[in-house]
Amino acid sequence: MSKVEFNKETGPREVFCGLTSIVWLHRRMPDAFFLVVGSRTCAHLIQSAAGVMIFAEPRFGTAILEEKDLAGLADAHEELDRVVNDLIARRPEIKTLFLVGSCPSEVIKLDLATVAEKLNKRFLGQVRFVNYSGSGIETTFTQGEDGALKALIPLMESSNEEKLLLVGTLANNVEDRFKKIFRNIGISNIESFPPRQSTELPKIGKNTKVLLTQPYLSDTVRDLKHRGCKIISAPFPLGIEGSTEWLLAAAKAFKISELKVLEIISPLINRAKLALESHKEILKGKRLFLLPESQLEISLARFLHNECEMDLIEIGTPYLNKDLMKEEINLLPDNTKIVEGQHVEKQLDRVRESNPDLVVCGMGLANPLEAEGISTKWSIEMVFSPIHGIDQAADLAGLFSKPLRRNQILTTKTLVKH
Amino acid sequence: MELTLWTYEGPPHVGAMRIATSMKDIHYVLHAPQGDTYADLLFTMIERRGQRPPVTYTTFQARDLGGDTAELVKRNIKEAVERFKPKTLLVGESCTAELIQDQPGALAKGMGFDMPIVNLELPAYSKKENWGASETFYQLTRTLLKDKVSSSDKISPLRWKKLGRRPKVNILGPSLLGFRCRDDVIEIQRILSEQGIDTNVVAPLGASPDDLERLTDAEINICLYQEIAEATCEWLKRNFGMEYTNTIPIGIKNTIEFINEVHNKLDLPLTNKEELEHKSKLPWYSKSVDSNYLTGKRVFIFGDGTHAIAAAKIAKEELGFEVVGLGTYSREMARKVRATAKDLNVEALITNNYLEVEDAMKKASPELVLGTQMERHSAKRLGIPCSVISTPMHVQDVPARYSPQMGWEGANVIFDDWVHPLMMGLEEHLIDMFKHDFEFVDGHQSHLGHTATKAKDFISSDDKKEKNSKEGIIWTESGRAELTKVPFFVRSKVKTNTEKYAILRGIPEISDETLYDAKAYFS
Repeated sequence: MSKVEFNKETGPREVFCGLTSIVWLHRRMPDAFFLVVGSRTCAHLIQSAAGVMIFAEPRFGTAILEEKDLAGLADAHEELDRVVNDLIARRPEIKTLFLVGSCPSEVIKLDLATVAEKLNKRFLGQVRFVNYSGSGIETTFTQGEDGALKALIPLMESSNEEKLLLVGTLANNVEDRFKKIFRNIGISNIESFPPRQSTELPKIGKNTKVLLTQPYLSDTVRDLKHRGCKIISAPFPLGIEGSTEWLLAAAKAFKISELKVLEIISPLINRAKLALESHKEILKGKRLFLLPESQLEISLARFLHNECEMDLIEIGTPYLNKDLMKEEINLLPDNTKIVEGQHVEKQLDRVRESNPDLVVCGMGLANPLEAEGISTKWSIEMVFSPIHGIDQAADLAGLFSKPLRRNQILTTKTLVKH
Repeated sequence: MELTLWTYEGPPHVGAMRIATSMKDIHYVLHAPQGDTYADLLFTMIERRGQRPPVTYTTFQARDLGGDTAELVKRNIKEAVERFKPKTLLVGESCTAELIQDQPGALAKGMGFDMPIVNLELPAYSKKENWGASETFYQLTRTLLKDKVSSSDKISPLRWKKLGRRPKVNILGPSLLGFRCRDDVIEIQRILSEQGIDTNVVAPLGASPDDLERLTDAEINICLYQEIAEATCEWLKRNFGMEYTNTIPIGIKNTIEFINEVHNKLDLPLTNKEELEHKSKLPWYSKSVDSNYLTGKRVFIFGDGTHAIAAAKIAKEELGFEVVGLGTYSREMARKVRATAKDLNVEALITNNYLEVEDAMKKASPELVLGTQMERHSAKRLGIPCSVISTPMHVQDVPARYSPQMGWEGANVIFDDWVHPLMMGLEEHLIDMFKHDFEFVDGHQSHLGHTATKAKDFISSDDKKEKNSKEGIIWTESGRAELTKVPFFVRSKVKTNTEKYAILRGIPEISDETLYDAKAYFS
């Protein structure tokens, strides 16, 4: 392991809670519905983060707790029953209903597992109910996906068939690319989790080799291990380097030679390097500060330093699983500073002191930093854009070079007076 | 428990944030878990604010709950006060903190600070954003002025005469995330100053606690947005005798009435009465021959109370529309909206459920929708033109240009904003008329093009269904052909009326002649 400096920080945070991950999960599984059991704050959070007005009826909603629900728990269970009945009557196409716990439902100890169990019996063969918590007192942003996937694992049947299981939500087009590459390499039995339909859950067992596409799935990994799955240790497929290592690790697990893989992906690598050049020109030598939010920060920093030659000031991450991130941390340059957790005021002091060229941060902080003359990139864009894989390396770099290029354009006198 | 897919208003603590962020030298310590910071982006993204809201979130976690969350609250309060040095501190809870009952307000008061501290108790499970904003503004004003109550004589609206200066008023209610408040304030100040009236304080937008302490230097209060400021105005009236206005100056008639109300209260002679009619282009634009086509246009209105009521008056009395639906999501304004609806002979729709609003819209078959951003989306799906008149805010509702809703310029803005989508509607009509001409190339359609087509599909598929309807009415080929010749924007109304007529007369099949019979019957 390289000599990376680890720090922990506590204090006021400026991050999303796990409920936010519903925004991409509901798109991945169009036959599922996400019912948050929470407050008006939860409903307002999701609609503000997702800009949901474009949907006639979104595939997520909130059962808003009212004063009478807080008076007695028995009432709350009955009320939730009623809401679920209404919802299923209105949306008969729903196949899986996620009951999503929130801060208030956790604090009043509303037992969603029991509710889900009862509902499963009543709607047997029609709708499946699972529950997990996306509450802010337990989860940050992407950890919501970890909870949702973990909740699905008990529904997955067992099979000893040898397969490669890609775990973590990917953009559909990126997923298709990966599958094509794997087939060319010689791995043909590939499945994804979460699947595109909530009812088409992959079967798992001792010959399932799990390759993570996202770094925020600690709990899911633990439960997959319990089911006998083998976890392939690899960096994450961001950038050329990460994607190459990731593909090689998978190939190794299937006893396919490195040479075979490189033969397939060399043209892709060469093409991607060429595409990366113009972005590298802008990013080279620029100083980067990443605030914590998505847990993608370490992988992004590794890519932006190793392939785009940016200098790393500080990498913030809401949560650090050193075991899962081992391969990533190994690729970081010496003396990289990683800060787990946040004290947003102190961290912003460090941002200002260090005078970075680019800050990766949440939407609440971006414009205030821009107003101080500091360029920013929204971290939420990383979870909505197709950024994984060799083919996407230049697009990923483009997300960071664009704000800098924009500054260049706006501060340069281009047209002379005629 | 209430199933909510989308909500017009946020929770009450977001209302409190609107007040805190609108003002200067205030800090709000909010006892809340991580995630609640999402509310910052309402200000930094939608309003494009270059400063963070002055809010410290205590960010308690599950593991803190077994321990001492009260200590966590105190640590955050201490750090916030040291770092931000506010002149007044707001302390409150979000929904989850309300459940753990740490009473952060009481904790803060016991910490020995010498600044005023406002303990905000905003019940998150029964109240919403506008109520929270109103309550926060009221509690803040009360805290800062309560020492003056007993010592002060009642303030006469005529005091300015004795003091030998121009009359002074406060403008109360404008806040961030309020609809076009930024520009309304400029417009209203301009109008008042033209009439020889000075503005003492504008609050909460841009005010500091010091400004609130000198509210009593004014003779009367202008209550610009009742949702936010009525409770505060009422308290100032009760305790200091300060009169306040209740006319909202949106539209020409209400702007003139507002000016009259202010003059009456201050006993200030109105010297430019005749001029007022000509301050805005709306009256002439509305009277000009081109606007004949506006007459009797069916309009459906939904929004916050203030803007929905004002829109109804303008629509009916200043543009000659027919109001076919009126509603609000503001429960606090329900009584007033119901009264206006009664005057217009429609039933008021009071709901927080946007699907109910969409249903009502569909049933009313309007030609124009005036609503929130959500009604804009619903109207788009139905192929009906729409203009946005109310919060909840969207980044498009914070335009770069000066764009008030109130006063003379506000009336100009409203005329353009409401009539331009209809021009597009007229254009649609022309496209519909000419689309069988050989010169017509499909695709030359306005922004409503594809949705309008969809609306037609909707009608024709409806026709098919109608054949098997329980009334058993059949549209014959000639009837259907005639129906397609009716301009699309009245087609569904003609269809409904014809069927109504057929049922009334017991006619089993609708032919082209039935259409004309029905037309004559209903005209």
